[in-house]
Amino acid sequence: MTTASTTHHAPGSPDRALRDALSTRPRPPRTSALSASLTFARRALLKIKHVPEQLADAIMIPILFTVMFTYLFGGAMAGSTREYLQFLLPGTMVFAVLLITVYAGVNLKTDITSGVIDRFRSMPIWRPALIVGGLISDAARNLLAAGLVVALGLAMGFRPDGGVIGVLLAIALVLAFAFGLSWVWASLGLVLRTPSAISAVSFLVQFPLTFASNVFVDPQTMPGWLRTFVEVNPVSLLVDAVRGLMHGTAQAGQIGGVLIASGLLVAVFGPLTMHLYRTRT
Amino acid sequence: MSGDLSTPTDGVRTEPAIEATGLVKAFRTARAVDGVDLVVPTGGVFGFLGPNGAGKTTTIRVLATLLQPDGGTARVFGHDVVREADRVRERISLTGQFASIDEELTGSENLMILARLLGLGRTQAGARADELLDGFGLTEAGGRTVKTYSGGMRRRLDIAASIIVTPDLLFLDEPTTGLDPRSRNQVWDIVRALTDEGTTVLLTTQYLDEADQLADRLAVIDHGRIIAEGTPAQLKASVGAGTVQVRVFDPAHRPEAERLLTDVLGTTVQTGPDDDALSARVDGPGRASLALAGLARAGIDVTTFALGQPSLDEVFLALTGQPAQAGTDAHQEQAP
Repeated sequence: MTTASTTHHAPGSPDRALRDALSTRPRPPRTSALSASLTFARRALLKIKHVPEQLADAIMIPILFTVMFTYLFGGAMAGSTREYLQFLLPGTMVFAVLLITVYAGVNLKTDITSGVIDRFRSMPIWRPALIVGGLISDAARNLLAAGLVVALGLAMGFRPDGGVIGVLLAIALVLAFAFGLSWVWASLGLVLRTPSAISAVSFLVQFPLTFASNVFVDPQTMPGWLRTFVEVNPVSLLVDAVRGLMHGTAQAGQIGGVLIASGLLVAVFGPLTMHLYRTRT
Repeated sequence: MSGDLSTPTDGVRTEPAIEATGLVKAFRTARAVDGVDLVVPTGGVFGFLGPNGAGKTTTIRVLATLLQPDGGTARVFGHDVVREADRVRERISLTGQFASIDEELTGSENLMILARLLGLGRTQAGARADELLDGFGLTEAGGRTVKTYSGGMRRRLDIAASIIVTPDLLFLDEPTTGLDPRSRNQVWDIVRALTDEGTTVLLTTQYLDEADQLADRLAVIDHGRIIAEGTPAQLKASVGAGTVQVRVFDPAHRPEAERLLTDVLGTTVQTGPDDDALSARVDGPGRASLALAGLARAGIDVTTFALGQPSLDEVFLALTGQPAQAGTDAHQEQAP
């Protein structure tokens, strides 16, 4: 049938095209968990393609915080902007990626409040696929933010002593931790009522954690009580490991600590998210 | 009155599509579904009729494995909706009351994503999406995001998305609410074509003419309970009298026909303005057939013998004590 003829029949009338489309065919074998998750990831990426504004945070936060802190505070904090950038860049990478992990919760909540979730849940597919697929596409978003910070930093004069391998490992470590943290927002996404509530909670939690850390300044200059907090702050531990990798001074203990923390987040909030997904939606 | 008109399935020995017993689903304060017993035979359209907030959507959500019942059991093609939810999901499709498609994606992308989730390969998924878009008159709109679609186009895409793999049972929750008459007729055509292919359709509606047009059997739900069940004709016959309209071939036979009908029907027979027409109120179809047989035995040829039935609107009013479509808020039944 040619395209020209198909445009002429009355839409929806029981004509040949409709009969053909309705004719029964065998049901394909059930799709695998991996394939279903990847399809959901593709769906999320297609949504970004159609609504690219979704990437505003992933693009603006890296640029704003890298450029603003380097040129605005660099001279005051480290004597020169160039020197400060050496210290700051690994921190802003962590900062930018952690802030946008909240999308894991926001997007899940948006899906759950829309009618489309009913269709997915009435289909014979691996249940967690929607959430896992979302986290896969979030990883792409996080990678974009991390890559932007690094590219911008290199252009501004950042010179990592850890070399290409060090930088790539640093990015991988941030993404691993971000994956763990995403499950926290995913479970919150199932508990809180609206997507904006998740953003609000995330800012309340993330701002103290990221600013009261070693992202922007060396804790040596802080009063003792604050330094105590900064030193046990998991964000500081992550930044230490990422700085270490980028500058070639990382210790196995630092990296191991971050990986264990990420694993613990997944171990606790993964099952919790699944439980909430089963019972709350 | 007892509204239960259910008769044993007409001798067909196939497994029912749906079998629910004592189904209960309560939300914080209200029992949205309060002891629903329902048998939906395989094949055809089963209409699920009720005013807003009667429990239609909640019942469908339980049957489609989206909500766990608080009491009772439900089986779809013999599979328990709670214990064997995935087996049920392999046989059903759901077109919810609110479009269950992604607004930000194009029509074609929506269908392809769902086709991939159902296990079709990449090229198969693309071909199936094109075929469905063509069949549903959406070829030209296929590349546009759904946001730009009219209500009728959305509905068609939504139904197309439900039949990527032909389901054995399709839930259609108020598929024509808010559609203009032309789009409504298109949806009706699709539903008829689907049942021709062997899919059983459970259709909820608050429009009585829709149930009348499409449904082979009907259940009427009110306050979470089934208050009547049967064919549309049975339901109408159960509530009030209908009218027999007769036209005799030879006007000369009219006085004889009038006498005969008065005897058989036991009511006054009116003679119409035309010299061949008669009409009389009847209690039910049984007496009307006796009347027809009587006319035949007396050798009176008739050109018209019609049993005019009460409208489903009258049925609805009689069963629920309130006119249909009393509510205007189509959203109030949505489960929290």
